[in-house]
Amino acid sequence: MDQLLQFVFSGLTVGAVYALVALGFTLIYNASDVINFAQGEFVMLGGMVTVFAAAAGMPLPLAALLAIAVAVITGLTLHRLAIEPARGASAVTLIIITIGASILIRGLAQIVFDRQFHALPAFSGEAPIRVLGASILPQSLWVLGGAAVIVLGLWLFMERTLLGKAVRATAANRLAARLVGIDTALVLALAFGISGAIGAIAGILITPITLTSFAVGTLLALKGFAAAMLGGMGNPVGAVVGGLALGLLESLAAGFISSTYKDAVAFLVILGVLFVLPQGLFGRRAVERV
Amino acid sequence: MSRRLFAACVIGAAALAFGASPAAAQAPIRIGAVLSVTGPAAFLGDPEARTLRLYVDRINQAGGVLGRRLDLIIYDDGGDANRARTFATRLVEDDRIVAMVGGTTTGTSMAMIPVFEEARIPFISLAGGIEIIEPVKPFTFKTPHTDKMACEKIFEDLRKRGLTRIGLISGTGGFGASMRNQCLRVAGEFGITIAADERYGPGDTDMTPQLTRIRNAPGGVQAVVNADFGQGPAIVTRNFAQLGLGVPLYQSHGVASRSFIDLAGPAAEGVRLPAAALLVAEQLPDSDPQKRVVMEYKQLYESTQNQPVSTFGGHAFDGLMILVEAIQRAGSTDGVRIRDVIRQTRGFVGTGGVVNMSATDHMGLDLSAFRMIEIRNGTWKLLD
Repeated sequence: MDQLLQFVFSGLTVGAVYALVALGFTLIYNASDVINFAQGEFVMLGGMVTVFAAAAGMPLPLAALLAIAVAVITGLTLHRLAIEPARGASAVTLIIITIGASILIRGLAQIVFDRQFHALPAFSGEAPIRVLGASILPQSLWVLGGAAVIVLGLWLFMERTLLGKAVRATAANRLAARLVGIDTALVLALAFGISGAIGAIAGILITPITLTSFAVGTLLALKGFAAAMLGGMGNPVGAVVGGLALGLLESLAAGFISSTYKDAVAFLVILGVLFVLPQGLFGRRAVERV
Repeated sequence: MSRRLFAACVIGAAALAFGASPAAAQAPIRIGAVLSVTGPAAFLGDPEARTLRLYVDRINQAGGVLGRRLDLIIYDDGGDANRARTFATRLVEDDRIVAMVGGTTTGTSMAMIPVFEEARIPFISLAGGIEIIEPVKPFTFKTPHTDKMACEKIFEDLRKRGLTRIGLISGTGGFGASMRNQCLRVAGEFGITIAADERYGPGDTDMTPQLTRIRNAPGGVQAVVNADFGQGPAIVTRNFAQLGLGVPLYQSHGVASRSFIDLAGPAAEGVRLPAAALLVAEQLPDSDPQKRVVMEYKQLYESTQNQPVSTFGGHAFDGLMILVEAIQRAGSTDGVRIRDVIRQTRGFVGTGGVVNMSATDHMGLDLSAFRMIEIRNGTWKLLD
């Protein structure tokens, strides 16, 4: 029992990170049909900028704000310099552009920062909390809580604000949105900015647990992408469920089956799900009218 | 001024001793090096390259070898075995080197071995893998300790403490996988039972499931051994403290750098690992044969490079010095002669240990070359 609980704690913490990355994918995908493979780089920037700003003597909250600002600016720049000029191009071309951008950001980070791994101090101590024989770090609660706040905030923004409704309208039908006077270019820029912020917050929250380096983005983007596909690309609820499910699958597979093949087990389950539900768990059924 | 005078004296002495004309008059002795100065193994290759440059300059200032200048040619393979092999061929065919120091990783070293074996040029590798020297290849040597020795040193310490049932957790990367195999192989000789054998992937960020399995292994475990380098061991160490396993934790020599203590934080307290004497240079007793060598290397490196010394640069120092001494003793730059003399290296005191080579042992280190170290109060503490 305590064993199962330990695996669940581990899976939820890792899964919350995947969920935040998947959420970033979802936002941009909805606004533009682009899968932004530089999403993992936002997470990396969040962690690395905070580490280096804090090392330069900045207080941690200020360093974190700076990191979020850097990631937002990076997201907006990516949109302005790489996506916007190619707006007539096909989705595949745009996806390849984002892959190029992620390689560029990674290379720059390697020069601006360094190639070493770095850690941040935990926000509220390192002493683990014991629950029914299992233990969880206070920082894991920060990660889970942070993810919950972001999801809630995003939901409120989408449902309750005019700008949020404009984003949803653009996602539903771009041409119709433009016809009723929504500035779709602004919506797209907004999506990149918010994705950058979400990624950076995730990066700041997880760095005390997972450590960070210039290269952590690649793997996170891959896992976040898998989570988004599992949940159904384009559905925010799906992104969260997919992320948590992937994290739980990995930790339960490592705990009960084999730690050597845990990734294989997780991806086999995803393949199985996509075989039965090609749109993912919560995906829209694509209806092509001829 | 006094240094120049000193150099002149050394040149004069060298000229007398070897009956040779002054250094400038003869063709230089060319030494090659292919190192991973950039890329994923840069934290190994960079201090190696700095060390070679630093000491070749010093040797030349002091009059060179056999009264001839040393000419060091370094190529950067970026960690790529294919490029390493191309550079090795260039060193042999175009640069016409006398001997070779380097090959930062086991992968690049293995790729270069055939080139130097065919050209009959002595090759001293700076990589850890045991397959470089086992089976013995006529012209290939290495200076760093092997992962097998790390397992043996850890098991020896476990036996001393009367602990026999252990959990093994290793990364699936090259270093972790190789050390896991060696540990599984030699465990029996030390009466160690491996009760749990868990693994994790490169880039994994949470190892609590694996450690929970180890904790709940049937029969229990009395200690945990982690075979890996990089950020993985730091996360394992943190997770280990989080779960409160309450048994000793051993790491490998792969974490023997300051950054491990910084990354693992307070969780690193009490962790034990085998490492070279260089890591605890100041704590060595004055009677220790390595004391003088490691202190000199550490002081010179840190004062000229403005960065803390690492055991990896130390391996390059050992390789270069073994080679230079061999050329001196051979009195020749003939590859086969130098190889024969390297094999006769006895009692060479380096940063990695005391080296005694033979025709069947092309590394020449025994377990005494490893020191058992514990992390206490955020720093290394020599145990034996």
